[in-house]
Amino acid sequence: MAEAHPVGFQWVMEAKRRGAKVFHVDPRFTRTSALADSYLPIRAGTDIALLGGVVRYILDNELDFREYVVAYTNAATIVTEEYADTEDMHGLFSGFNDDNATYDQASWRYEGHSQNQTTRDSETQRETAAGLENESHGAPVGGETQRDETLQHPRCVYQILKRHFARYTPEMVERVCGIPQEKFFELARAWTENSGRDRTGMLVYSVGWTQHSVGVQYIRTGAIIQLLLGNMGRPGGGVMALRGHASIQGSTDIPTLFNLLPGYLPMPHHAEHPTLDKWVDSIAHPGQKGFWGNARTYGVNLLKAYWGDAATADNDYCYGYMPRMTGDHGTYQQVLDMIDGKIKGYFLLGQNPAVGSAHGRAQRLGMANLDWLVVRDLFMIESATFWQNAPEIETGEIAPERCRTEVFFLPAASHVEKEGTFTQTQRLLQWREKAVEPPGDARSELWFFYHLGRVIRERLATSTKPRDRALLDLAWDYPTHGPNVEPSAEAVLREINGYDVATGRPLASFTEMKDDGSTVGGCWIYTGVYADGVNQAARRKPGSEQSLVAPEWGWAWPANRRILYNRASADPDGNPWSERKRYVWWDADKSEWTGYDVPDFEKTKPPSYRPEHGASGVAGIAGDDPFILQGDGKGWLYAPTGVLDGPMPTHYEPVESPVRNPLYRQQANPTRKVYTHPINTLNPSPPEPYSQVFPYVFTVSRLTEHHTAGGMSRTVSPLAELQPEMFVEVSPELAAERGLTHLGWAHLVTARAAVEARVLVTDRLTPLRVDGRVIHQVWLPYHFGFEGLVTGDSANDLFGISLDPNVLIQESKVGTCDIRSGRRPRGAELLALVVDYRRRSGDLNPHYPPQVTTDSADSGPDQEV
Amino acid sequence: MGVRSWFEGWPVYRQLTGTDPLGRGAAAKSDGSRALTARTDTADSMARSVCPYCAVGCGQRVFVKDGQVSQIEGDPDSPISRGRLCPKGSASKSLVTSPLRQTTVRYRRPYGTEWEDLDLDTALNMIADRVLAARDETWEDVDAEGRPLNRTLGISSLGGATLDNEENYLIKKLFTAMGALQIENQARI
Repeated sequence: MAEAHPVGFQWVMEAKRRGAKVFHVDPRFTRTSALADSYLPIRAGTDIALLGGVVRYILDNELDFREYVVAYTNAATIVTEEYADTEDMHGLFSGFNDDNATYDQASWRYEGHSQNQTTRDSETQRETAAGLENESHGAPVGGETQRDETLQHPRCVYQILKRHFARYTPEMVERVCGIPQEKFFELARAWTENSGRDRTGMLVYSVGWTQHSVGVQYIRTGAIIQLLLGNMGRPGGGVMALRGHASIQGSTDIPTLFNLLPGYLPMPHHAEHPTLDKWVDSIAHPGQKGFWGNARTYGVNLLKAYWGDAATADNDYCYGYMPRMTGDHGTYQQVLDMIDGKIKGYFLLGQNPAVGSAHGRAQRLGMANLDWLVVRDLFMIESATFWQNAPEIETGEIAPERCRTEVFFLPAASHVEKEGTFTQTQRLLQWREKAVEPPGDARSELWFFYHLGRVIRERLATSTKPRDRALLDLAWDYPTHGPNVEPSAEAVLREINGYDVATGRPLASFTEMKDDGSTVGGCWIYTGVYADGVNQAARRKPGSEQSLVAPEWGWAWPANRRILYNRASADPDGNPWSERKRYVWWDADKSEWTGYDVPDFEKTKPPSYRPEHGASGVAGIAGDDPFILQGDGKGWLYAPTGVLDGPMPTHYEPVESPVRNPLYRQQANPTRKVYTHPINTLNPSPPEPYSQVFPYVFTVSRLTEHHTAGGMSRTVSPLAELQPEMFVEVSPELAAERGLTHLGWAHLVTARAAVEARVLVTDRLTPLRVDGRVIHQVWLPYHFGFEGLVTGDSANDLFGISLDPNVLIQESKVGTCDIRSGRRPRGAELLALVVDYRRRSGDLNPHYPPQVTTDSADSGPDQEV
Repeated sequence: MGVRSWFEGWPVYRQLTGTDPLGRGAAAKSDGSRALTARTDTADSMARSVCPYCAVGCGQRVFVKDGQVSQIEGDPDSPISRGRLCPKGSASKSLVTSPLRQTTVRYRRPYGTEWEDLDLDTALNMIADRVLAARDETWEDVDAEGRPLNRTLGISSLGGATLDNEENYLIKKLFTAMGALQIENQARI
């Protein structure tokens, strides 16, 4: 955090000064470790084993915050007897289907539920990254459950959790992660001691958690601990995701993503969502409890925002215009399709996949096989000049005179040359004023897309083709201003907020939205940002003149609420858990919820409210159910549906690992997304032979002085001077083992590529004792590429493409490699080196580790045998 | 110069007798530095902005002189950042005023070996032509069972996390109406 989010880290230091203990877990000792009370080195890719050890420690010692756990989580809920655990199935859960490597989630359901309400099969959910839809609400599940609040029933979630994590002992944590037991106990003790009515603990993670083939389950494990310790919905608690781009939260909320529409509505699927009714019913699930009961309203308001007057009740608000998904249309599938010649044109909008995405060579070869490419950026980035300067020029794989891709480079306006909102990592929208006009031909994306749409609509004006109606009927009349004919960002923000069609009055809250076409709203979770016709995101009341919550600085979704699920900051009766942790509470005199923040609850629903049998929607949520976007109102220790790789997290090894999974026969995530394309060859891992050809673990991350793929930092002279060169950090022990010299050169080799870097020998990396042997890890920054003021080989070239099944994010924080002294070979010899490694690690055919290894004859370290 | 004024001009004397005992302000000034004024004092205008790098969302104040950015500083009013910026945020002025920035359209024709110049309006129209052609060539009305698809898989887009919400909104809206599904950004990475 001190490295990549330094200014946010000031608050960690503030907490430390007030007595908080800070633990840092990382494969490499960083600036954060230097300031923490305790540093735990960890083998990359084993966080679930560590956190699972903490879960076991909590449950074995009954250190959970029992009042909170019983009332607010699903610990007491009973699960069907059909459920079978990884304990009994060598690391698989019940319902695994070998044919397509997915789970049938039916046996994970709650007792008494006839079936899980998900309409999609797990394979479709994986192909469409359906897990992302849950960013604003839980997976659908019936609200009425059978509970044992003594937590003794053998099939209640509490007992299932206890059994599931029974083998995650401190000895096992040491064996899997390489973390000494005393370090583990220090962490577990401190975490559990900061739990209860008077104390909370906070968990912070970054992309180091999401870029794994089990990334979603990493975060689930953290969430389980935070629920068990009563740290959710309370001040000083939570699971804080530190994201890495100025508006990456905004571009997920208002998604430029294939599978989502604004406000986490799913993009329609051709088989499951043929009509408006089926689309909204698949989201709302008739009879379901909680706020998603209003999905029809949110959907109709979006369609009205898109197609304006053309969208009427008679034509289902133009739902028929929507394009339909048939499967995986994600960025990695697209790149493989580019290589195969299926994609004609590609827009790159402030993103540099030639450096920033996994398997850089695949990215560049894909771009070299397009009809046309449009790059909009501040600088001439690698993704614009691949045809001229890519490493593949030297190997002969790309030659300008044979590369057919037509490239348009259009200069973009910078953040000070346009106005608009960023949504930062805690859902806070902040409006930026424009300082100056953009130089020369530079324009905002708002300008480019507004005018591209205008020109396209003019071209089609006389078209009679049905396919063109969606463009011709589009509500695309935005006011413009200035010499560049710039569209008004405030007008767009007003449409995002929503308004009453008849009067034009901006809506104050999504509860004002109607499903009859009389209101319009482009992103329901953002409704309120333009309440009263005022740009609430532009509010700048100084922090020093406000409470710690600072509600009048910017605007947070939903409803300017700064801590989600903050009903949990009060006890079941609505009183603060303690004076020290007072935040939101029930005011019995006024019969309403009140506090320092906007209560995340119906304002006048008393703690004593109990729903009638069969109640649905918001009325189905009891007065002591804080998790109002879950079907059962509870925080989920156990996910009865919706998480594709299991109802609880399980330690699987990374897809590329030098180690046989010490916990189960099942080696890696059996449900991960696999791309079997000739370019995507993977290194072998146990129990397969030849994994020793790639004996070392490598991981990558950021430096303070650079940003992602370097397009905004290697081009800026002060930053380029501060970190001028690609390097690799290795421990003194590995340096001795491989003959590497400090400040000399080394190159790393995988089945995809070889990249070179200057060697930094440092005890910031430490050899770990894992399962009876020493594992060496190396670390690289991933910022470097072949353009800019400072250049170097790209670390992401080393990675293959294996994805998490829930969200289709790639495993690019851990892989295996070899490391050799000296610079890498050039030209054809470089290709020959990689081919040689592939030959030595099996054969030259593309290689994909097996999905399921439970039948493996190798039983070596398997605990179950 | 009299002895007295010479003596009072000595920084150590001023440090010991004046209001700046640490010698980090007025006491350390020379005649030259005393005549300087901060760029922030002489700016024509100041815009309230937000750092463009990571997602912490630190407040920035962007000072403008003669139509050019003259300084970018942390905004002390921000309850998020309290006026601080990290090395990247502090380099924001160098970012937006960098001589390496491209300010004209560049065009590389198929099989070309060099960049060429192109007028912005021409580029916009050429791109519109190509979008419509790619869409027509790859359009899918219905699936094998006759269910609607309304789409093209011939067009892709990547990027959005560095852009404004309003921009992402228009990008998604236009591409959706166009039937272009394959829209992705850094959140998938």
